[in-house]
Amino acid sequence: MERSKNFMKKKITLIGALFFLVFLVLMGRLVYLMVFQSEYYSQKAEDIEERERDIKAARGRLIDADGKILATNETVCTVSVIHSQITDADAVADMLVKELGLTEEEARKRVEKVSSIERVKTNVPKETGDAIRAYDLDGVKVDEDYRRYYPYDELASKVLGFTGGDNQGIVGLESRYESYLKGTDGKILTLTDSRGVELKDAGESRLEPVNGSDLYLTLDYNIQSYAQQLAEKAMEECQASAVELLVMNPKNGEIIAMVNVPEFNLNDPFVLTDGTETSDMDLLNEMWRNACVSDTYEPGSTFKIITTAAALEEHLVTLDEQFSCSGAIMVEDTRIRCHKTTGHGPETFVDAIKNSCNPVFIQLGLRIGVEKYFSYFRQFGLAKKTGIDLPGEANTIMHAEENVGPVELATISFGQSFQISAVQLAATVSSLINGGIRITPHVAREVRDTQGNLIKEFTYEGERIVSEETSGTLRYLLNQVVSSGTGRNGDVEGYAIGGKTATSQTLPRSNGRYIASFIGFAPAQDPQVLALVIIHDPQGIYYGGTIAAPVVRELFENILPYLGIGKSEDLAEPSLQNP
Amino acid sequence: MAEKVRSGGRIRARKEKTVHRAARGVKKVRYIDYTLLFMVIFLLGFGMVMLYSTSAYNATLRMGDSAYYLKRQMMAAALGFAGMFVCVKMDYRIFQKLSGLAYIGSLALCVLVIFLGSGKDDSNRWFRIGGLSIQPSEIAKVAVIIFLAAMVSRAPKQMRDFKYCIRVIAAILPLFAVVAYTNLSTAVIIMGIAVIMVFVANPNYKPFFAIAGVMVVAVIVFINMASYRQDRIQAWLDPESTDKGYQTLQGLYAIGSGGLFGKGLGESVQKLGFVPEAQNDMIFSIICEELGLFGAICVILMFLLLLWRFMVIANHAKDMFGSYLVIGIMAHIALQVILNIAVVTNTIPNTGITLPFISYGGTSIAILLTEMGVALSVSKGLQIDM
Repeated sequence: MERSKNFMKKKITLIGALFFLVFLVLMGRLVYLMVFQSEYYSQKAEDIEERERDIKAARGRLIDADGKILATNETVCTVSVIHSQITDADAVADMLVKELGLTEEEARKRVEKVSSIERVKTNVPKETGDAIRAYDLDGVKVDEDYRRYYPYDELASKVLGFTGGDNQGIVGLESRYESYLKGTDGKILTLTDSRGVELKDAGESRLEPVNGSDLYLTLDYNIQSYAQQLAEKAMEECQASAVELLVMNPKNGEIIAMVNVPEFNLNDPFVLTDGTETSDMDLLNEMWRNACVSDTYEPGSTFKIITTAAALEEHLVTLDEQFSCSGAIMVEDTRIRCHKTTGHGPETFVDAIKNSCNPVFIQLGLRIGVEKYFSYFRQFGLAKKTGIDLPGEANTIMHAEENVGPVELATISFGQSFQISAVQLAATVSSLINGGIRITPHVAREVRDTQGNLIKEFTYEGERIVSEETSGTLRYLLNQVVSSGTGRNGDVEGYAIGGKTATSQTLPRSNGRYIASFIGFAPAQDPQVLALVIIHDPQGIYYGGTIAAPVVRELFENILPYLGIGKSEDLAEPSLQNP
Repeated sequence: MAEKVRSGGRIRARKEKTVHRAARGVKKVRYIDYTLLFMVIFLLGFGMVMLYSTSAYNATLRMGDSAYYLKRQMMAAALGFAGMFVCVKMDYRIFQKLSGLAYIGSLALCVLVIFLGSGKDDSNRWFRIGGLSIQPSEIAKVAVIIFLAAMVSRAPKQMRDFKYCIRVIAAILPLFAVVAYTNLSTAVIIMGIAVIMVFVANPNYKPFFAIAGVMVVAVIVFINMASYRQDRIQAWLDPESTDKGYQTLQGLYAIGSGGLFGKGLGESVQKLGFVPEAQNDMIFSIICEELGLFGAICVILMFLLLLWRFMVIANHAKDMFGSYLVIGIMAHIALQVILNIAVVTNTIPNTGITLPFISYGGTSIAILLTEMGVALSVSKGLQIDM
């Protein structure tokens, strides 16, 4: 019998040693994977093993100046069935029929469907959700969720905006202040097997949601809703296509009301105002559009305020300067008519503004000259956006300075041939009459967390754009317009009101469509509230002084006492006149 | 001399009770190597526990019986223990006479399975007879060990000639080729066993290093020839970049999430369908996840101990045939453990090698236990130098 040779033993040992070495290498590899790479792979593994369920954070509320809640959340439930966990299919189907109003057949289908989780119904009222939970059936899941809810349906719809399916802001303030309102969603993490079935004893880890912060607005529910009524009434009486009514504080730019009728129902934003549901984005965008901010129009005679301010600043006119209106004026070779074709005859400058006499303002414009006029246009803030805290603000549409000749300048002087937004006109006039400081119109005042702690206060700084003196003179002139001029219909018994009317023809001029508007403020000596009403395409009488001014009068009659503004006498003529 | 005795401590302790106390020189051991037997039983038992833990989810899902895989594995093990018992009882030298038959028989089976077998894709790897499925390539491994042990021990003089060594290797090429047709990884193991056995039988070193070099080059060329293997290489280098790396990646997730001491027995999440067929090739990754680095190293140490027992038996076998048999068995176990763990830890590209005694696989378990019976049978006649 032969014994194994010595070299064999050596070789066996060598093989053994080689194997041992390889085993050592593999152990080293394991140490690397399980100690140094452990965190990386554990995380990766957890990522695929865990199923997340979001806990939606409650969205911040929108609260008016008086503490009224304009947008909040309501709890709704989502009912789902989990096929693999159902123990009593008949009971589940019966429950679905009884509580959710499904047909017998539909309920069976849902219960018998082999899927990891079958969503039966969303947006179920909380009471129904609680009732279903009370059945305590295996395989039935009731998840609570928040849905945005607007208690006043149409109120300030185009200002507030609404939220989409993921509770994200789509338009308006909801979109503009998304980052404050949104909050941070929480998460429930559960371990699952590869099919997504939750592991029974794995336990849940919970990440609590952080609710969104509340946005406190400058809007006043009462004024907003009253303004909406007035706008709706005006729209009906004039058979207008749309009416905008903007109420703001001229001293600080706070928007008190912003009405764009027709408004839409924020709780049903995909239903058109005529009651039909649509997915036509053009129609919907048209309906959601905040015309005060996103649309531009030819301001017409209200813009004479701006021409007057520039002329006063330049000392190019005095209040008692004599003018004469023959019903038209020749600018170069173009004859531009006054709205009164027979002419106003001889008149002082005060009379001219009371009469809204075009030739006088054309002369003023020509005295200022293109370069100066554009310089003031920019200085008054008209060339830029106002910076209002609402999305989609329209830019001013203005001639390029180098293309403006005397004729163009003449038309600009009385508010034609260019376009600005309603909010721009309101903001600019506010700044001219408030003592001369440019304001930034805004709707949001501050952000507070759920406990009411101040998170952020919105403050705006403004530059001086005209002198105190010019501002005072403007207030006097505009008070004259209302007390005894074209704005008579805007006058309120016992109050000194300042204002200016406008009637402009829309383009193309041939189709006979008009925009009637009136901008008014009160009290004239110390303006605390300014209102601008714009009536689009009125039928019948279309004069601003006739149909627009009464809207503001009615508004002021009611809101001035509400705002605590006392009655006062008309303004005396400013003692300081131009040199 | 004294050192040698110490290295075989257990044998000595047992020997002292069984052999004449005063006897000196060469001594004969009549009992089998119980250390080896107990280690095999321990590994098998541990394997059963891990198999149940790993496969219960898949078994419940597919078979509706959480112990489905465990039961089948236990049946195979019972069969294997019967084979082991027979092998231990009879004289292993009978295999020397049957070696040619074993070779021809397994070759025939491997050819037949190509035509009559069943399997997934194009590779028919199994015979299905009733509820049983038999994998002839597992049988082929043992056949090669027996065949080569007989061939090498029969002509020790010629084995000193390297050319003869080549002829020995060439003799198993037909079987290698047939197995490679359906199951390349097993064919590689067969070739590895053959090379190691011949290496031990030949006193030279250099030619083998040359062969090793040639094989490395061959493997590289081979990989570059087939594009699907390139995919595997890509999956190996960067498992996160390709779909093919899914299994590897899931295995790594399991290993990595084990950490030092693991999640605890039965607590693996990756076995819940994330690691595909976790009870087969990838079972080591679940061991890592549940028992941690500590448990994984313990398993490796168990296999090292097993290899050490084989070394002892091979070195002290009473004849060269027995010695070569155990060398072959040792090579078989070592190569499979190394390749399996290397694949699971993504140290080498993916290839389907099971972990001996632990992975699910009926033929494999039955054959392995029978193989252990052969090794134990050889251990019966150990001769220890005193």
